[in-house]
Amino acid sequence: MSLSKLLESWPAVRQLREGDPLGLGRAVQSPRSRTLVPRIDEAEHVVQSVCPFCAVGCGQLVYVSDGAITHIEGDPASPISRGRLCPKGQASKSYADSPLREYKVKYRRPYGTSWEELSLGDAMEMIADRIIRTRADSWEWKTEDGNPANRTMAIGNLGGATLDNEENYLIKKLMTALGVVQVENQARI
Amino acid sequence: MPSLGTSFGRGGATTFQQDLQNADCIVIMGSNMAENHPVGFQWVMEARERGAQVIHVDPRFTRTSAMATKHVPLRAGSDIAFLGGIANYILQNDLYFREYVEHYTNAPVIINDEFADTEDLDGLFSGWDPEEGEYSVESWMYDGMEIHGSAGQREQGFKPTKGEASGHGGHGGGLLHGEPPAEDRAMQHPRCVLQLLKRHYARYTPEFVAETCGCSVEDFVQVCETLVANSGRDRTSAFVYAVGWTQHTVGVQTIRSAAIIQQLLGNIGRPGGGIMALRGHASIQGSTDIPTLYNILPGYLPMPHTESYGDLDRYIEANTSPTGWWGHFRAYFVSLMKAYFGENANADNDFLFKSLPRIDDDNSAYWTVEQMLQGKVKGYIIAGENPAVGHANGKAHRLGLSRLEWLVVRDVVEIESASFWYDSPEVESGELEPEAIPTEIFFLPAATHTEKDGSFTNTQRLLQWHWQAVEPKEDCRSELWFYFHLGRLIKQKLADSEDERDKLIKALRWEYPTHSGIQEPDAEAVLQEISGQEIESGKFLSGYPELKDDGSTLCGCWIYSGCFKEGINQTARKKPHWEQDTYVADEWAWAWPDNRHLLYNRASADPDGKPWSERKRYVWWDAGEGKWTGLDSPDFEEDKPPSYVPPKDAKAEDAIAGDHPFVMQADGRSWLYVPQGLEDGPLPTHYEPHESPFGNRLYSQRANPRRQQNKDLAEDPYNPVADEPGADVYPYVVTTYRLTEHHTAGGMTRSVPYLAELQPQMFCEVHPDLARDVGLEHGGWATIYTSRSAIEARVMVTDRMRPVRMDGREVHQIGLPYHWGKRGLITGDSANDLAHMALDPNVHIQETKAFTCGIRPGRRPRGADLPRFVAELREQARSRLEASVAEPPMSGRTSRTPSAPGGRREEDPHVEPEEARKPAQ
Repeated sequence: MSLSKLLESWPAVRQLREGDPLGLGRAVQSPRSRTLVPRIDEAEHVVQSVCPFCAVGCGQLVYVSDGAITHIEGDPASPISRGRLCPKGQASKSYADSPLREYKVKYRRPYGTSWEELSLGDAMEMIADRIIRTRADSWEWKTEDGNPANRTMAIGNLGGATLDNEENYLIKKLMTALGVVQVENQARI
Repeated sequence: MPSLGTSFGRGGATTFQQDLQNADCIVIMGSNMAENHPVGFQWVMEARERGAQVIHVDPRFTRTSAMATKHVPLRAGSDIAFLGGIANYILQNDLYFREYVEHYTNAPVIINDEFADTEDLDGLFSGWDPEEGEYSVESWMYDGMEIHGSAGQREQGFKPTKGEASGHGGHGGGLLHGEPPAEDRAMQHPRCVLQLLKRHYARYTPEFVAETCGCSVEDFVQVCETLVANSGRDRTSAFVYAVGWTQHTVGVQTIRSAAIIQQLLGNIGRPGGGIMALRGHASIQGSTDIPTLYNILPGYLPMPHTESYGDLDRYIEANTSPTGWWGHFRAYFVSLMKAYFGENANADNDFLFKSLPRIDDDNSAYWTVEQMLQGKVKGYIIAGENPAVGHANGKAHRLGLSRLEWLVVRDVVEIESASFWYDSPEVESGELEPEAIPTEIFFLPAATHTEKDGSFTNTQRLLQWHWQAVEPKEDCRSELWFYFHLGRLIKQKLADSEDERDKLIKALRWEYPTHSGIQEPDAEAVLQEISGQEIESGKFLSGYPELKDDGSTLCGCWIYSGCFKEGINQTARKKPHWEQDTYVADEWAWAWPDNRHLLYNRASADPDGKPWSERKRYVWWDAGEGKWTGLDSPDFEEDKPPSYVPPKDAKAEDAIAGDHPFVMQADGRSWLYVPQGLEDGPLPTHYEPHESPFGNRLYSQRANPRRQQNKDLAEDPYNPVADEPGADVYPYVVTTYRLTEHHTAGGMTRSVPYLAELQPQMFCEVHPDLARDVGLEHGGWATIYTSRSAIEARVMVTDRMRPVRMDGREVHQIGLPYHWGKRGLITGDSANDLAHMALDPNVHIQETKAFTCGIRPGRRPRGADLPRFVAELREQARSRLEASVAEPPMSGRTSRTPSAPGGRREEDPHVEPEEARKPAQ
């Protein structure tokens, strides 16, 4: 290496020559860091989403490659959050691929001492059968006072504050048609 | 939200987060916004940067306090005293916004001469029925008016709707009348609302506030002066709250107190003003609007009640207000039935009204748990909630779950509500044994927000669409998938049923297109049904004014009508804010109703329709164009002039005058005084929390007489209170709260490695004096106990948690985050195991923000020693109580009777409402 090249590669010189006097940009790049690119650059597509935690409603950008989420960050276009996310929102990707995430149905039989495997299809059939049975066994046409009731008081449904409007809509619609009135969610708490 | 609903007409935040930047003063109370809604807090900081005063009133000094211009500590559970003191300061010094109050609120209205105030009846309003333990509210009405849904209707099988269901889910007040109410515009009549308020609050002096709340007179007066100086024509102030106000036996009345202040100061419907309700879950507002709640149907239509056994016409009549937008109740209800049942619901069969299930007064979540404990509930589905950790008295919930026949739990991780049968404090103590638990349990893995399409309604009533990014893996499914296919299977299995009880499920309209390999229902198709269509043409409705009462339109939630107008998913609009004309950004998503961001914005103009000031212009009357215009969608009929006077016998919105901005209310005004719609009084009054170390300084009626409690429930014993013997076993005030790094019951965050690392362990915050007195060491262990349970936590000694001085004694307050449970990457004891299930009577919400406890150093007992330890302390408290009963009473006015374990009673000589109280149902 010639002396001039050696001199030019000296960081202090580079800082001055490359217009980076504070040494915070190009001047301190190594060959490796010069070739690094943000992982979002490699994403196949990006989806606009909304943070699932509190009700501020921050915008999120979800980056996807090969059918998997590669990154989630704040959406600068949102007039509410302007690109910011709190620690929970920033950890959304880790929430979606948590090491504790469950991917399979688990079944515990009455008086059982461990979880067992069950297919999703069988679980759905069994749950539908139990609703039909419990509902039939407990149906109330009238209250004790003889007023109309048209309901079952032996089934309840809990949850909704973390769900989508469309999901809550189907829950209330289905449960009302089944005569289930004990439909509640975290808004009560 | 009956508090905001009854005051203003709609149960939602009156403003939006970005508008906080326009405030000249922001009072944050019952909220730690900087830590729990950190990104929304940027708008508070914007305001402060522009010179606004930011006041934080809270028992704890938090990061919100650190960023405020003023922090005032107060005793947990004394909020109504503090806020009532502000109202009194405004009223006594004639500092209210005269023109606004006279025209826009019900201050001039004259009240029934049979009404008696808590100041007259020592802590009770008129109408208290000690037998029933509830109020009959006839005497609270406007002079010369009947209560809506009473009298004749009751004989015809209609009971007045109550609690959240009354006034349409706390969503706009109904009055049965055709004439404007009697009023005195000079507001001098002794029975006009303004004079009633003056008398009601007269004893809430700065000295009373300081003594009751444990703050200084100077701090309190400074808050009053700052608020008043920053309200009026040129200036506006905002209030911000969260569950620090809600989770009390007087939660609704606390929020009402702020509503009264904001009306007196003229801060509602104006930029930089309002009441910002901060909600804790992504769609908690949405799950109230399109309710997964027992007492309402979508859009705050009351569920039919068992005591409402008439036909459709009776139901409609009982819920229709002759005046205001609730005048179209039939159109809202009929359109919902068309969305639910399609052609099976028609005029000939009363749109299936008679087949709908009926509710009782209380079928809420806590009531259901009591039913579970008694074995009456057999099956339970939990989807995205964790009652074993997140609900008050976790043990009662876990025991309840163990008595079910079957349980379905849907979540992304195995939460405590799914694992209670083999991993819970009760299994550890031997109170539960897996081999003895009959519950059949299905755990079904759920999809996350990135794995499905759908909309959340955020804290400012904004519906925001999120698009699916990836397919859910293996058995993971959305709730949309689960409930759609569950309904499909049930319908299939019952298709040939002739049983009358299956009529409704067979009639259910349940056809949604599906896509992808897993047959995921199309979420946009569901949103279309919610938004509404003309049935014959399929035309998408542009809003609720287009709804018809003859069955020719369908609409799944009338207040959301128009969110799919012109066939476009309005909630999915994502035009960047920098491309929009104003900070309102009305092309980003869609706000209910009708894309209005700031509600009641007609009030941002004076009675003549001109802005109150140039600085605070928002929506105004353009006389040239003959319409309302401004920065937002006007919350008023666009072409109704300010001078409009309703003709005699006008109906619905036509009966609302041009200078009455609160269009959901029957009289077009905001309600300082609520004649109908609340269970525990037309005005807020200071009561002590259900569990408190102190008596009530105002009345011998100590706590809210109408609060719900169940003394007979062995699983939910209460601590002795005030000066009762045995109260010293639980001498401290405890308040629960959230941390930035965790989300409620922790299911969504204790499973996330980064978050688990940032906040790894359950702890308690205690003051150095308490640490010294009890022997607690910073970083060491403490055991905290109540009559319900005992938990352990690491000790954080900090002067952020200040003691309060009252009645010559110092009482310490203990802070507990409530995120931990036995599952997750990090585990710990649950703060909610300590809490009781006494509830606010309007909304059935528990009091986790102020109750009593004891604390001692060291770890809690393990195994069977834990319930023994809790029982011994409870017994110790009870024996002191019983010993004191054997002695002659200390004073003549005290009648003492022993009661249930950890018993409690009121020292009230003339009504004994506590003894007469019904169990919570």
